[in-house]
Amino acid sequence: MADRKALQIQQMSAHPGPIAGKGMQRQSEVCKLIDTTTCIGCKACEVACVEWNDMPFQPTMFDNTYQTMPDTHWNYWNLIKFNESQHSDGSFAWLMRKHQCMHCADPGCLRACPADGAIVQYANGIVDFQQENCIGCQFCVSGCPFNIPKFNPETKKVYKCTLCSDRVSAGLEPACIKSCPTGCLHFGTKEDMKYLAENRAKQLREVSGFTEAGVYDPDTIGGTHVIYVLHDVTKPERYGDLPAKPRIPLSFTVWKEWFKPIGLFVSMLSFVGVVMHYVLEGPLRTQPQPPVKEIDGGIEHRKEN
Amino acid sequence: MATSAERFESAGFINRVGRTVVYAGELLRHRAYARVLHWMYGIFFFLALLSGFGIYLPWIFRFFTPLFGGGAMTRLLHPWFGLGFVFFFMLQVINWVSVMRWTPSDSKWMKHLPDYITSRHTMEPGDVGFFNAGQKLMFWEIVGGAIAYLITGVIMWFPEVFGRVLVSISYVIHDISALIMLAGIFVHIYLSTFGEPGTIQAMTRGTVSEAWAWTHHPAWYREVTGRDPYEAMEAEKERQSKS
Repeated sequence: MADRKALQIQQMSAHPGPIAGKGMQRQSEVCKLIDTTTCIGCKACEVACVEWNDMPFQPTMFDNTYQTMPDTHWNYWNLIKFNESQHSDGSFAWLMRKHQCMHCADPGCLRACPADGAIVQYANGIVDFQQENCIGCQFCVSGCPFNIPKFNPETKKVYKCTLCSDRVSAGLEPACIKSCPTGCLHFGTKEDMKYLAENRAKQLREVSGFTEAGVYDPDTIGGTHVIYVLHDVTKPERYGDLPAKPRIPLSFTVWKEWFKPIGLFVSMLSFVGVVMHYVLEGPLRTQPQPPVKEIDGGIEHRKEN
Repeated sequence: MATSAERFESAGFINRVGRTVVYAGELLRHRAYARVLHWMYGIFFFLALLSGFGIYLPWIFRFFTPLFGGGAMTRLLHPWFGLGFVFFFMLQVINWVSVMRWTPSDSKWMKHLPDYITSRHTMEPGDVGFFNAGQKLMFWEIVGGAIAYLITGVIMWFPEVFGRVLVSISYVIHDISALIMLAGIFVHIYLSTFGEPGTIQAMTRGTVSEAWAWTHHPAWYREVTGRDPYEAMEAEKERQSKS
């Protein structure tokens, strides 16, 4: 179970210098395990999320599915996605997946964010938005491979699931976990959840006949602190836009980390260039200039008029 | 006295705004209209540049954002600064597009760029008109840059409309455009002040000395005065040595 100590920050967006709390405490990484094979789509977690976070009512939208609304919203962080999917043998599967922030080990939102401390990652792996530091640029939306951060046009801030960092820091499990009636949601250390998930996947493969069952914990973003057990881990897209290989755009990794400072340096060479031009070559004066008396070792003596 | 090019600013109503005094020994270089435009997009350029710095590398340039009321305000204002820049620059493009047309002599000028940088010629080649090839190059770079700024900027302004992939591409293009213009602004300021004394008054009072004109823009000098720039220079030299 989570640590009772206050949350320590290990990564901070756009922050100059070291992170004060980094490595200051032993904290185990937390993890939410979602077993999609035992989810019944009751939406208790959706309600629990809205209730615990005291969020204003978000109108629902019916689009011929059981889904509450097409996508998560700035005030609706937790949404069960309902998807119908046909197997190769012609049989149907009705897939339900609890969709929320994945709390990536390498968060694209945090990498993309240009505001100091607007996005932080705690030592326990939770990625949290600090709205008071948010400048509303929405680069995090572009950086996120799961389409999670949602913009509130009124406050011009971005919001998303906090993994109930307030509850976790007090030693409680997230609200969604507490509400789940089937026990498809679990919360604990990453290590424990990984063990539980792998065992469940093994059971599905060996006992229940889901030969492709497995654990979704994509290593392209260093793993996530929300992991899934899927009936067919080879086709996560069937669960409603769950990418098989989630990736952070290169703009926010290679370009932002390396080429931005290098580019600035190269650009500033222009300033050095013009200063040195003046020092070495001097100005281009209007003609005629006073006549040159002699050129002595690069030194021009101008004749007095 | 008219400038060489028939430009939009020559239209009657625009000439009624502002005053340009041409003293003896001077030539009219930029009318009030071109000068006002220049300083308007100059102001917006620096507003956009400084506010952009705070977003470009916040861990170095965090001190720029408080100038604009903090990070959120900087984010809010930056696109408007950019639009201001593009708007006034666009008017200048309309005003200057004819004199900025690239000619074969400009290509020749570019080949001799090292001679220009090392001041090997004391006077510009005789075919350099109202603007030289370097100025034209800078102008067209800014035209391209402004178009890139506008397109990528609007995409980043409204990410919910254009989607994350376009935003992440725009992000890089916007940055590259800014880096090129940042490098360019140093050259621009240097050449108009320290690098070529007597230049800045073209954009402040609107006039330049005749000596400046025959030195830096001989063909333009010939066009507006009817005199040969080199002969004029020699005559001036003669006059100076006698006195």
